[in-house]
Amino acid sequence: MCLGIPGRIVEITDAENSMALVDVSGVRREVNILCVVEEGKPAQEYIGEWVLVHVGFAMSHLDEEEARHTLQLLEELGELQEHLS
Amino acid sequence: MKYVDEFRDPDKARKAQQQIHRLAERIMQCRSGPLLLMEFCGGHTHTIFRYGIEQLLPEAIELVHGPGCPVCVLPRGRVDDALALAQRPEVIFTTFGDAMRVPGSRQSLLQAKTDGADIRMLYSPLDALKLARENPQREVIFFALGFETTMPSTALTVLQAEREGIENFSLFCNHITTAPTIEAILNDPDMKLDGFLAPGHVSMVIGEAPFAFVAERFAKPLVITGFEPLDILQSLAMLLQQILEGRSEVENQYRRVVQKQGNHPGQQAMAKVFQRNDRTELRGLGSIDHSGVRISDPYARFDAERKFPLPGVTVSDPAGCRCGDVLKGLIRPWQCPKFAESCTPQQPLGALMVSSEGACAAYHQYADVQTLKIKRQQASVADPGAH
Ligand code: SF4
Repeated sequence: MCLGIPGRIVEITDAENSMALVDVSGVRREVNILCVVEEGKPAQEYIGEWVLVHVGFAMSHLDEEEARHTLQLLEELGELQEHLS
Repeated sequence: MKYVDEFRDPDKARKAQQQIHRLAERIMQCRSGPLLLMEFCGGHTHTIFRYGIEQLLPEAIELVHGPGCPVCVLPRGRVDDALALAQRPEVIFTTFGDAMRVPGSRQSLLQAKTDGADIRMLYSPLDALKLARENPQREVIFFALGFETTMPSTALTVLQAEREGIENFSLFCNHITTAPTIEAILNDPDMKLDGFLAPGHVSMVIGEAPFAFVAERFAKPLVITGFEPLDILQSLAMLLQQILEGRSEVENQYRRVVQKQGNHPGQQAMAKVFQRNDRTELRGLGSIDHSGVRISDPYARFDAERKFPLPGVTVSDPAGCRCGDVLKGLIRPWQCPKFAESCTPQQPLGALMVSSEGACAAYHQYADVQTLKIKRQQASVADPGAH
């Protein structure tokens, strides 16, 4: 129940109610994006962003830089070991 | 899929696995007895079984599968209450699919649906609101379940209903909160955990701060963890590193999704629509202070419990069920005498056998059931006093 799926915002369908179309692995779904938009910033500016979708709501941005950083740490874990062994 | 495939890379997994073995070996040089690490969240339990992560770990590490599966801790009496609501002729009762097969004292929602109750499975609470809009002469009730991950979505749906002036929509609220549940586990005198993998999607909503007490008051390390196999392995290595260095801190492995402060709009919506209960009954764990929430007074008209009378009867688990002991990590699922006997995924006796996030269902699906049964028989021959 607590799993989320990454998707990309492709279209704002109802700016007033913060509804957008999100592409989740090729399937477009209408999703509420209120939790990931800043107040005062037009919803249009979020088109193209990666979000985590959860029971019809985008609950978080997916941060590319942090993702790369986490993968990098995993990579270094290996290098450290090769060094030790 | 973006940020999914990268976290399933077998090469990186092997490296993380080796690191875990190395750390565990060093820790075990100066301690006896296994390291007990709890993954609180049912989503993690699911990943662990699906990818066979336990088989990758050294013997010294025992994963304890915690109670973070919302349908698993739903008391039987609450299922009965849900059924009473669903059987009212004016009601369309809506729910996530996970809850359909949870046994009440006589029936599950699925059985009631077969008998003619208007029960519908939905993907989102917003779909329930849509149904209410389309069926103004009916009352649409949404079975609100889950920890803080799902709470903002139901709260925002109530706020939307208020904005639109929809009167025939209400929640049957069974939301529970994570931190008090973890605290109850830590306060249990039988508990001997060495660290926690904390739920990533709960943390995405509430942030890091609510977990600080685990590190500060209970001196246990905790790592906020994502849901791919590499996330779990990396977090286990981070926990072991803390244990080796004698640290207890809240660390965040899932930074690509979880921000330190959590999600502000989600928190605001929750604070408006929900208020804490003094005590809430969790199946198998008993009554826990402040773990559950109900709908706050200003939104009382969206509360199905205040709109309709409910039986509200507490029903104990069937005799012989060891669900509570499994949830607390005191026994493994296969050690329950009902496991794969009178309790199976097709005919679940306890809720842990219902959802793919429940520990018993996970064992039943992914482990070799025959071997486990033999193991149990051998254990009871060796120790006839045990259950
Ligand atoms: S096997 Fe069934 S009865 Fe036993 S602990 Fe698991 S869910 Fe409960």
